Parts: sequence; structure tokens; C-alpha cells
Amino acid sequence: MEVKSAVIVFPGSNCDADVYEALRLMGARVEYVWHKERQLDDYDLVVLPGGFSYGDYLRAGAIARFSPIMQEVVRFSRKGGRVLGICNGFQILTEAGLLPGALLRNQNLRFVCKFVYVRVENPHTPFTHRIPVKKPLRIPIAHGEGNYVIDLAGLKQLESNGQIVFRYATADNQITPEANPNGSVANIAGIINPEGNVLGMMPHPERAMEALLGSEDGRWVFESLMSG
Amino acid sequence: MKFLIKVRLKNGILDPQGKTVHQALQHLGYKQIQDVRIGKLIEVEIDESDPQKARQILQEASQKLLANPVIEDFEIQPEE
Repeated sequence: MEVKSAVIVFPGSNCDADVYEALRLMGARVEYVWHKERQLDDYDLVVLPGGFSYGDYLRAGAIARFSPIMQEVVRFSRKGGRVLGICNGFQILTEAGLLPGALLRNQNLRFVCKFVYVRVENPHTPFTHRIPVKKPLRIPIAHGEGNYVIDLAGLKQLESNGQIVFRYATADNQITPEANPNGSVANIAGIINPEGNVLGMMPHPERAMEALLGSEDGRWVFESLMSG
Repeated sequence: MKFLIKVRLKNGILDPQGKTVHQALQHLGYKQIQDVRIGKLIEVEIDESDPQKARQILQEASQKLLANPVIEDFEIQPEE
């Protein structure tokens, strides 16, 4: 069945066209939805793309989280709709309280833009179930504020619920401090809500869709969303 | 009325910016400076003459938007 997907566009989003193209490539029906809209009833999947919504003023994602569409995103997610937040989209989801924790300035204070490997920690989600077993994904990151923090109790909860979906790893799928590009607690690169329908991740799967451009590992994430 | 809202990272949350500035100060020879943490100072002008009410409004606004309670604490002070 054709997946009906919406890519939310905030002022300052800049990965919306890449996400649109990635979804189209995987066979989804895609529409852009401007952040002032208030209707998401006709969709199966909503993606909050990367970028610098509202210039990252105050805190990344802090202002976008109050855009009119976000009330709808909350409602959509409560009904079980799938929500994928990538990079700035992940920051917006934490600011909105749809995902726990927060994303701080990278530990080395630099904007980090490079390919990394992520290990799939939970393959039993709608976002990861098609990824080949034990395959680390080679996907680029591009962010200045991807340093995931959460208190100890929260981290334990994430771990025991299987909510940690991606961790930064080495090319041979090992979790090491050197593989951590931004100082995230426990090498966390992506997490999911307890209900399993809202995922936030810092790496950009939509930028890893073509071998010619360095990697097509991002396809696994979208392919998972296209089936089941 | 004018208020100042101080937004600071909670204790225990690593502040890489403060750490780097601290190191720079060490290099400049300020060995006495033991730690640096960097926060935000927000100046607000509010159209409300009752200080108590103004404070209430700012309390709510800070919790909602100006600070992220997961990682930050805030303090509201009237500006003389």
C-alpha cells in the first residue's frame, strides 16, 4: 500500500527537499506541509526535517515547537501515527516533549559534518525492521547541537525499554568513545518513544540514498517505513 | 516594567562552552579562576504594573519557552 507522507516545512528548514526526494524514491506519496497548517489527518507518516528552524534562536527547536502544526503533530502521534524527526527535527521533538532528554552543544564546540557509523540497537521498530541484522549504517551527520543528555533515571528507562535505537559506532559495529562525534551520553544517536511510533535521530538518512553520493544505507530507514 | 531573566544550565550538566572559555582564561594566566559556566541573560519589557502578576507571567513564559526545564534553571529579577 502506498504510504502517505508529509514533510513539515518550518522557516529555516533546509533538508525538506532531500527528505521529499528520499520518500518519493522509496515509493511514498509525499507532500510538503507548511508549519502554519493545522491538519494532518490524511497521512501515515510525518517527517520533521533538518535545518535551522527559526535560526536556532534561543535553543535549537525551541520556537518551532510552538508552530501551529506541532499541536497537530502531537495529536497525530497520540493516535499512533509515525513521526520521524531528523537532526533539527529531533531537537524539535525533544523540545516538544514527544521524546525525553535534550540536545546540547557538541562537546568539542564544533559543527560536525561527516559520515559516521551507527549501530542499530533496536531492529523491532517501524523505522528499523528492514535493516539487515548487525549491519552498521554509514550515514552523515551535520550538526552543532547533537550532544544528547538525559538524567541517569531517564537513561536507565531508555535502556530497559529498548528506546535507544541508534548509537554511534565504529565501522565494525563497536561502541567506543572515539566513535562518539559529539559527546552524547552512551553514544546515543537516535531514540524512540515508549509507544514506538516517534523516532528522533541526529544522522541524516535522507543524505545517504545514493551510492554515488557516498552511501545508500539511509534507504533502509525509509524502506522500513514503507512496509509494515 | 523591566525584568532580567537569568537562564543557566543545571548543575551537573556539562557546559563545553564554559570549559573552553575557562581553558582560554588559564592560558591567559588567570590561574585563580577555577570554573566558568555560561548562561543567558534575557531582558524583558512587560506591560503589567503589578510586579507580582508580572512575575507570574514571566514564570510561565520561562517554563514554557525561555528555558528548557530538562537542562536549564532560571531566575527572574526586576531591573531597577
